[in-house]
Amino acid sequence: MGQEILDLLVSTFWMILGIAGIFAIYLAISAGCWFVHSLFTRNRAGTGYGSLKTVTFGDESSVVANRIASIAAVVAVFVLWGVATGSNLLPFTLPQPFTGDTQFEYTAVNPAGDTDTGMVFVRVHAFGEEGVEKPEGKDGGDGFAKDDIVVVAERRSKVLRVQNNDEGGKEDGFRVTHVNGQPISSDSPVTYSDATVEMTGKGSLFIKPDTGWTMEALYLPPPEQVWKRFWQLNAEGYQNVGLWENVFWSLIRVVVGFGLGCLFGIPLGFAMGLNSWMRGWFDPIVEFMRPVPPLALIPLVIIWFGIGEQGKISLLFLAALWIMTIAARAGVSGVNISKVHAAYSLGATKRQILSKVILPNSLPEIFTGARVAMGVCWGTVVAAELVAAEKGAGKMIIAASKFQLTDIVIVGIILIGIIGYMIDIMMRQAENFLVPWKGRG
Amino acid sequence: MSGLVIDDVSMTFELPDGGKVEALKNINLDINEGELMSVLGPSGCGKTTLLNILAGFLAPTGGKVALAGNHVTGPSSERGMVFQQGALFEWMNVSKNIGFGPSMAGVDQGTINAKVNELLGIVGLQDFGEKMIYELSGGMQQRVALARCLANDPDVILMDEPLGALDALTREKMQSLVLDIWKETGKTIILITHSVEEALLLGERLLVMAPRPGRVHTEYRLPFAELGVGADLREVKQHADFGPKRDEILNMIWDMEEEIMGRTETA
Repeated sequence: MGQEILDLLVSTFWMILGIAGIFAIYLAISAGCWFVHSLFTRNRAGTGYGSLKTVTFGDESSVVANRIASIAAVVAVFVLWGVATGSNLLPFTLPQPFTGDTQFEYTAVNPAGDTDTGMVFVRVHAFGEEGVEKPEGKDGGDGFAKDDIVVVAERRSKVLRVQNNDEGGKEDGFRVTHVNGQPISSDSPVTYSDATVEMTGKGSLFIKPDTGWTMEALYLPPPEQVWKRFWQLNAEGYQNVGLWENVFWSLIRVVVGFGLGCLFGIPLGFAMGLNSWMRGWFDPIVEFMRPVPPLALIPLVIIWFGIGEQGKISLLFLAALWIMTIAARAGVSGVNISKVHAAYSLGATKRQILSKVILPNSLPEIFTGARVAMGVCWGTVVAAELVAAEKGAGKMIIAASKFQLTDIVIVGIILIGIIGYMIDIMMRQAENFLVPWKGRG
Repeated sequence: MSGLVIDDVSMTFELPDGGKVEALKNINLDINEGELMSVLGPSGCGKTTLLNILAGFLAPTGGKVALAGNHVTGPSSERGMVFQQGALFEWMNVSKNIGFGPSMAGVDQGTINAKVNELLGIVGLQDFGEKMIYELSGGMQQRVALARCLANDPDVILMDEPLGALDALTREKMQSLVLDIWKETGKTIILITHSVEEALLLGERLLVMAPRPGRVHTEYRLPFAELGVGADLREVKQHADFGPKRDEILNMIWDMEEEIMGRTETA
């Protein structure tokens, strides 16, 4: 227990350093862009009322998002991505792993004390490439040390016992002493421009072509690969399900689950806002269920409903229900009592007060709740699909991750993000259109 | 008897700690039809409570209120109310707000439209019928509130500090408007205010209330409201009696406030 906590603290410490490092790089880029931007705008006077304010630091209303900064930030993310993954789109990237042909010379000593040199021809091919031909080279040569040929994938390494084809190579006392003229032993490897050669305890050579600094596509594929994969998914789909079919199924679940949540949650919230008995009756349930994350219900929902649509829609219904209930209740509670009094004084009946005063008055709150509920539903549907589904954006990425198709995973994540953002924008547009009086009462 | 009768009304609130507050004690008033009465008093004297009882939002713990012989038991369209602020329906435009009462009663749209247009003219908002409430200034909003109340043709109009949130100039215009409407429609109007000048200008009858327990302290009959109809209110304020009356009432309220402060300090 104590050891585990210590490990946790240690890894947290390294994480802090890592996060600080990443932030520092990103902020440094930001500062650089800011500087360049200021060079262009330095002599241009601002226009409008805002530019006349002398106090801007601390005046929230004078801080407006600089859209050039936003665009630069997104571009910077893609550039960093490309640099770190060795993208072909960029003229400069981190050093890439070595590929192609390289060779080195080794010096061997036979038991008789004679020395001879042989060549090792290494062909390093791109990862995943098949049918690689062996490099041209003489498997032989003069003297007792014969040349060797080896094929290795980029970032991978290979153990080669160069002695095997040498004359007398299997005798005791035959050993390799130098690589490229430099002495080699099990604790002093030899590095040259294209590779590092180590010696194992038994005297074999361990050939490690230069791995470069870029990330392997398994961990993070370069942007162009993700882009290509996107178009491929767009055309062919993945595992017999089209990309947009997956997205469509995720969306339809969200819409149905959210719709059900509104259908039951809003009347429930109204009942709780208008009636003491109902408020008391449902209060414990709502207050208990509200802090339970919908994801915690997934196991139970699978046990009850299986992995079919019913289970997922039930889950989304539960995710939306409490949010909408609380939003509707807050909307009713937020009605200015003067409005209700005024309506009664103008002769309205209870039913008219409900439909003409309380309902429209609580719409802004309900819309705020709907935006939150849509966000939660979208997150929940993806998570539920990760656990079990036949179709859906979450299902696509979890299936792809099992085959280490990181590019599909990233296409999925980007799509999920964009769609979530679009849902929020649509909800805001609907809000502006339907409740223009929000915040102006 | 078609006036408003307040018969021995008392209102006692129980506090959570078991104590009791007598917000109103034995209020007796007869308000005649067409009377313009202003109510003044320091905070805590129960004037808003009294208005809420008249409107029917609160049931008194003692006594009763009757309008034209009918016992008041709840809110009704015969007693219209104008609030200080925030009582308009911002999801409706100005015309819909003004026509709210008749449309709730099921009056046909043509009649409502005619009524609304007439009222827009009376309150000086002819060109603002299609505007939304949040597009109007505070003074215009109160004009809408007044028109909305009039649209229902109530017997009594109750006003709870309707001009309290307005700036001085707008307030003066609105005071003239209230006087004009009073004269034109002949409605009974009861107006609560914090401003002594307003109470003098807008009260044939002026009620000064005192706190703890809330009660009627002094009652005046004043000529200024009649003088003010259709006249410049600044001239009314130059009237020989206006200044002395204002000072007298200010001193009275000042003394009450002193007394409250003193009591709180010794308590």
